[in-house]
Amino acid sequence: MQRRAAVSMIPEQWVQCIKCKKILFRPDFERALRVCTHCGYHHRLSARERILYTVDPDSFRETDAELRSADPLGFPEYAEKLRKGVATSGEQEAIITGTATLNGYEIVIGVMDFGFMGGSMGSVVGEKVTRAFERAAERKLPVIMFCASGGARMQEGLISLMQMAKTTAAVGKLHRTRMPYIAVFTDPTMAGVLASFASLADVILAEPGALVGFAGQRVAAQAGVSKAPANFQTAEFQYEHGMIDLIVPRRQIRPTLAYLLEMLLP
Amino acid sequence: MMTIFEIEKPINELESAIAELRQLALEKGLDRSREIAELEAQRERLLRQIFEHLSAWDKVLLARHPKRPYALDYIRLMCESFMELHGDRLGFDDPAIVAGLGKMGGYKLVIVGQQKGRDLKERQQRNFGMAKPEGYRKAMRMFRLAEKFRLPVLTLVDTPAADPGVESESRGISESIAQSMLTLFELTVPTIAVIIGEGGSGGAIALAATNRVLMLEYAIYSVIPPEGCAAILYRDPNKAPQAAEALKLTADRALELGLIDGIIPEPLGAAHRDPQTTALSIRAAVLQQLETLSQLSPEELREQRYQRFRNIGVFQTAQ
Repeated sequence: MQRRAAVSMIPEQWVQCIKCKKILFRPDFERALRVCTHCGYHHRLSARERILYTVDPDSFRETDAELRSADPLGFPEYAEKLRKGVATSGEQEAIITGTATLNGYEIVIGVMDFGFMGGSMGSVVGEKVTRAFERAAERKLPVIMFCASGGARMQEGLISLMQMAKTTAAVGKLHRTRMPYIAVFTDPTMAGVLASFASLADVILAEPGALVGFAGQRVAAQAGVSKAPANFQTAEFQYEHGMIDLIVPRRQIRPTLAYLLEMLLP
Repeated sequence: MMTIFEIEKPINELESAIAELRQLALEKGLDRSREIAELEAQRERLLRQIFEHLSAWDKVLLARHPKRPYALDYIRLMCESFMELHGDRLGFDDPAIVAGLGKMGGYKLVIVGQQKGRDLKERQQRNFGMAKPEGYRKAMRMFRLAEKFRLPVLTLVDTPAADPGVESESRGISESIAQSMLTLFELTVPTIAVIIGEGGSGGAIALAATNRVLMLEYAIYSVIPPEGCAAILYRDPNKAPQAAEALKLTADRALELGLIDGIIPEPLGAAHRDPQTTALSIRAAVLQQLETLSQLSPEELREQRYQRFRNIGVFQTAQ
């Protein structure tokens, strides 16, 4: 997967867009929800920022925040990577889940954080996603999932792969309650997450330019994938091929979600 | 890096010597039975010696062995009858997935398998066992057929991965994998998966969200190919043997971790040395599981499957 550095810091009140390299005035940039005011490039958000920009003020109540990854395989460098993930993202794991209101609608929400080990799904992510869907099914609430993930977490081996099945089954449980499930694909939404709970939403939105695809570039290259179009594995590519309902600029995501909730809730 | 062909070399040499002696005995009418028996005993000892100390990487190579039996080989050997059915009804028929109706030990089954090719031409035609979205959609069609006619489902998993190409991406490979799992979870008939060779990540679990998951002794099941893991972990794909060890992708490790329900033993020297015996072992194991699962009601089957996967995960709870 393409590596993108965080927004590089220019002293004081200035930031540089990682796409067009223009220097932006930080207050403007923040007001634009970290979308470049020149080229429209959507910079990555942390999970907390995303929640702040999405739900009604002070309505978010975090759930299952106490879950921590173990190292069931004794996998090389995993413990260290987990520590680094906490340090760089300020979060304990690659997803935050909870309840909140959005335009007054009570929702269950999950937001993945790419800053924590590339948003990878291991036991804790799988468990938190599953509990979120189970809680929503039990309380008859809609679910909104913001995806940002490189895929399954290699360091938990087959246990991570099994989280794909586990979360899929949990989505099935929600489906039977006729409560809506809306997914928002943000940069990047890949592999094991895309190939499980993410793709099973009733309505799928994506941010412009987000990387969305099955095989990471390294895997694809190893498998001899050639003749890929320029926009291969972007939200726009997936939209053209019918895999995404709408591409929605960041500022429009909240009102779009509110409209969908209004339409789909009984 | 030692390949499986190298560890098999002394065995293969002994086997050709035995075959030569047999031929000689037949042509010249000489009694060489003592020599033959001696060589066969040697071969047996050597096989035991080699197969007692297989590394994870040896098992990866065995799971990918070019002579390893594939889904259709097993189906032919273990079913009384089988009729292959074709197509996803959406415009495609993926040769990497075979599916149909088979009879086995008094059960009528829907069987879905991943199929690799034997020679170069067939390998390409079957896309090396890498299914495209239409393959998983064909599988889903068969799962729904099973539900409608109350037939148990048997899947035979053997794929390096789902197809990562442009075509597959443009037709929704990820969505097809997710939907295939979801369809399996919704079924109210017994479902059993057997990993017969390579259980390659998403491409494999798409067919393995089942009531029971069994593995052949030398099959592998992994979240990522060892080569890919080595490239990330050691920045060197040649360190795949170490990665294979770290990933714990062998049947015995998967059973220890509680991720599979049983291991089906392979004959001495692995499945390709005796496909018939291997097929009969698979058949016996599947029939045994079917008997147990048939005791459950439709709703119990769905709930058992949910709980089977629901309980997988290792984590801690902070105070």
